[in-house]
Amino acid sequence: MSVFEGFKFRKVSSVIHNLDPRVKFFFVCILFVMAIMFNQFLALVVLFFIPLPFVFMARVNRQWLRSLRGAALLAVFIFATNFIFGYFYPSSSIPHVDGAIDTSMEYFALFERAAAMTLRFVVLIASFSVFFLTTSPDHLGLALQQSHVPYEFCFAFTTAVRFVPVLADEAQTIMDAQKARGLELESGNFIKRVRNYIPILIPLIVNAIRRSLELAEAMESRAWGASDKRTNLYKLNLKRADITMVLITVLMLIIALYIWLFIPVPSLTSLLFT
Amino acid sequence: MAIIETKDLTYTYPGATTPSIQDVSVTINKGDFVILTGPSGCGKTTLCRTFNGLVPHFYNGTLEGEITVSGLKVADHKIHELARHVGLVFQNPENQLFALSVEKDVAFGLENSAMPRDEMRKRVDWALQMAGISELSERPPHELSGGQQQRVAIASVLSMQPDIMVLDEPTSFLDPVGAEKIFKVINELNKKLGITIILVEHRLDLAAKYANKVIVMNEGTVALTGTPREIFTSEKARLIGVGIPKATKLYQHLKRQGVTLKTVPVTTEETANLLLEMLNHD
Amino acid sequence: MIEVKDLHFSYPTGLEALKGINLTVEDGEFLAIMGQNGAGKTTLVKHFNGLLKPTTGEVLVNGTSTQQISVAKLARNVGFVFQNPDHQLFSESVEDEIVFALKNFGFEGETIKKQVDWALNLLDIEQYRKTSPFMLSGGERKRVALASILAWDPQVIVMDEPTIGQDHQQKEKLQQFIIQLNAQKKTVVVVTHDVEFVAECNPHVILMSQGKILVSGKAEKVLTNPQLVAQASIVPPQITQIFLRLADLGLPTDVIDVHEATKILLEHLRRRK
Ligand SMILES: Nc1ncnc2c1ncn2[C@@H]1O[C@H](COP(=O)(O)OP(=O)(O)OP(=O)(O)O)[C@@H](O)[C@H]1O
Ligand SMILES: Nc1ncnc2c1ncn2[C@@H]1O[C@H](COP(=O)(O)OP(=O)(O)OP(=O)(O)O)[C@@H](O)[C@H]1O
Ligand SMILES: [Mg+2]
Ligand SMILES: [Mg+2]
Repeated sequence: MSVFEGFKFRKVSSVIHNLDPRVKFFFVCILFVMAIMFNQFLALVVLFFIPLPFVFMARVNRQWLRSLRGAALLAVFIFATNFIFGYFYPSSSIPHVDGAIDTSMEYFALFERAAAMTLRFVVLIASFSVFFLTTSPDHLGLALQQSHVPYEFCFAFTTAVRFVPVLADEAQTIMDAQKARGLELESGNFIKRVRNYIPILIPLIVNAIRRSLELAEAMESRAWGASDKRTNLYKLNLKRADITMVLITVLMLIIALYIWLFIPVPSLTSLLFT
Repeated sequence: MAIIETKDLTYTYPGATTPSIQDVSVTINKGDFVILTGPSGCGKTTLCRTFNGLVPHFYNGTLEGEITVSGLKVADHKIHELARHVGLVFQNPENQLFALSVEKDVAFGLENSAMPRDEMRKRVDWALQMAGISELSERPPHELSGGQQQRVAIASVLSMQPDIMVLDEPTSFLDPVGAEKIFKVINELNKKLGITIILVEHRLDLAAKYANKVIVMNEGTVALTGTPREIFTSEKARLIGVGIPKATKLYQHLKRQGVTLKTVPVTTEETANLLLEMLNHD
Repeated sequence: MIEVKDLHFSYPTGLEALKGINLTVEDGEFLAIMGQNGAGKTTLVKHFNGLLKPTTGEVLVNGTSTQQISVAKLARNVGFVFQNPDHQLFSESVEDEIVFALKNFGFEGETIKKQVDWALNLLDIEQYRKTSPFMLSGGERKRVALASILAWDPQVIVMDEPTIGQDHQQKEKLQQFIIQLNAQKKTVVVVTHDVEFVAECNPHVILMSQGKILVSGKAEKVLTNPQLVAQASIVPPQITQIFLRLADLGLPTDVIDVHEATKILLEHLRRRK
């Protein structure tokens, strides 16, 4: 649940919140590309710090940390698989003698590599959650629309965002209602436990259908589909801050490319063991 | 001047064996404030759906008879054309607001009608102001209270400047003071802007004072139409199970005991005034 | 008996919905909880069967803290009818719907049959025994939900907004029904906005506002106090509104019932003559 927590938008106003979502998305994508370009631990550490100023400027540090904490379990899993996998199938990037890993240097290299892969994942989560934490779904929908994504799709997107918490509440209420009739979810063997969820799933589905009918009715009643050339109350305009942000991003990319092409990033292992 | 006119309107939902409304003939005039009432399941909501074409265009099924709304024959016009003349507000505020900010919701119908942005802005601000929620314009609707949400729903059909507004039990989730505020907003739309109001309501005591006409339905047909005064004193209405407001009931109880007030009151103010007059007199 | 002692409750969002509630619901009492939207009424009654547990303070049901018993056990004594019947109906037939809870509570064979018949009869839905609950009207679905809870014969029945969307006749039936339950010494707790409904039943009333109890007392005392009523976002019953206007004539103002109102007015007229 808490991974999602980090992706839940809360309405605040800050320079970062007011940036054009397209610009923010561009920034996040470039960060993503860079995280893929580099597989060295040190480079990824640097990448990890890049979104930090934005997190503080947007004052979403708490939610941001929460989403990282939410991702922790997955990170541990990624680390473990990389470590175990690297142990049994050492690749060329990890120095090893005779196809087996035994010296402390080799262990450290293996460790560094697993850590780098984990960090790559963390960088992705960290940057995407900044994006979702500071972009109102309304603006995101608008950005999609102005990027010529069909309106029906954008509408479906914003409506989904709007109704996910509602459905979560409803699921809770239904569970309460059935518990109040003596349903014990955690009782019995496996089959019985699965069956325990039927009294919850059926009302949930029935209500979702009923709700979507009511929604459709309300939309129709407000002239849905009246014109092919639908207008929009909001319009996204690139402001100076947006242009600055684009420039920063491009600059970042250029530096990264330069380093990638011409400057070999040392590994921690080589620094420590030589 | 009739703004809604139905003649022998009969409608059966797809798959249903009996019609949900049957031979309904009603005339609603421009500027009327109508209360539509009757036992649960008598077809009030179904009738409302015919006013903007949800029945039959959205629900399909078979519609017989005639219905004209704002001069348009419902059968020949699409819902979105009718929506410009008739705004519908539903019972559950949660399921009729789908945007992530109030003003976006209020703009929804205008966006659909491809109104230019500048004009739209003005309309939205106007509608918000009429509904008394200007200060909420940027809030997410799902974080508002039920009463506020219902006012957003009203603003979001009002922004299209309809001739008619139909409200299907709009206050049933609200506390009495919240409900009263909604009724006041509706009343202003009616008295100041001349919008025709059709209000579906079981609790007549709350709304009676604003209405000039009551339509009572029973088992799919129109059983009675008249002024609130006529309906509240009608024996037939009582037998159908219409909840007569206590202000009128008190009159009836007194009358049965041989004390007759000058006229039949429908609101508490009227009853109080009549009683004061009588008690101060003799 | 339900005792609520200095109950505070905060939702995970951090919102403190209840701010120090003290309350005792006696056996056989008829209690109506009223107050503005968001006052915390639903939050409070969800503590009665342990669906919510106090953040601080405690709730005792028949002397035992709700912290110590599971919802399923508490529910055996405290039946809770949710506002929206569609949040619980799921069975293929009305009968199955009622049997569901009975089985959960460990009823068996003949007893189940007896209880089902009894509940169907009580709520006048015998003819829908084999019908799917989804085919019924809103009012009927509400009665099925109620029947499914009454069937296990809990000592306390809590109803959240039972009158919403109900027409006048159904409300009258509900009213008679509650009186009938009360006569069987059942405790009935109703959460409602419907002032006229409460005025007709004249139960014990609690007014809530912003997570606190404003006042507790007999309906005719509480609902006739214009200041308190306004604080709870309620309007007084119509009869009271009329009598408040007549206060200058020396008539009492704590009147909520038409019959009583008529009597007082006739009495007043007679004395004047
Ligand atoms: N979508 C539908 N499909 C089939 N039948 C329907 C549908 N909606 C309503 N009905 C049926 O039509 C009849 C009239 O229902 P309607 O909802 O118009 O009543 P109502 O007067 O609004 O009742 P309430 O006061 O409970 O809202 C009922 O018998 C109902 O079961
Ligand atoms: N699941 C929840 N999570 C967070 N906050 C909640 C939750 N449920 C209710 N609240 C909040 O707690 C407060 C009390 O809510 P509650 O539902 O108890 O009010 P109520 O008196 O029953 O209102 P109503 O008359 O509208 O039913 C409200 O401010 C509400 O927004
Ligand atoms: Mg209806
Ligand atoms: Mg509630």
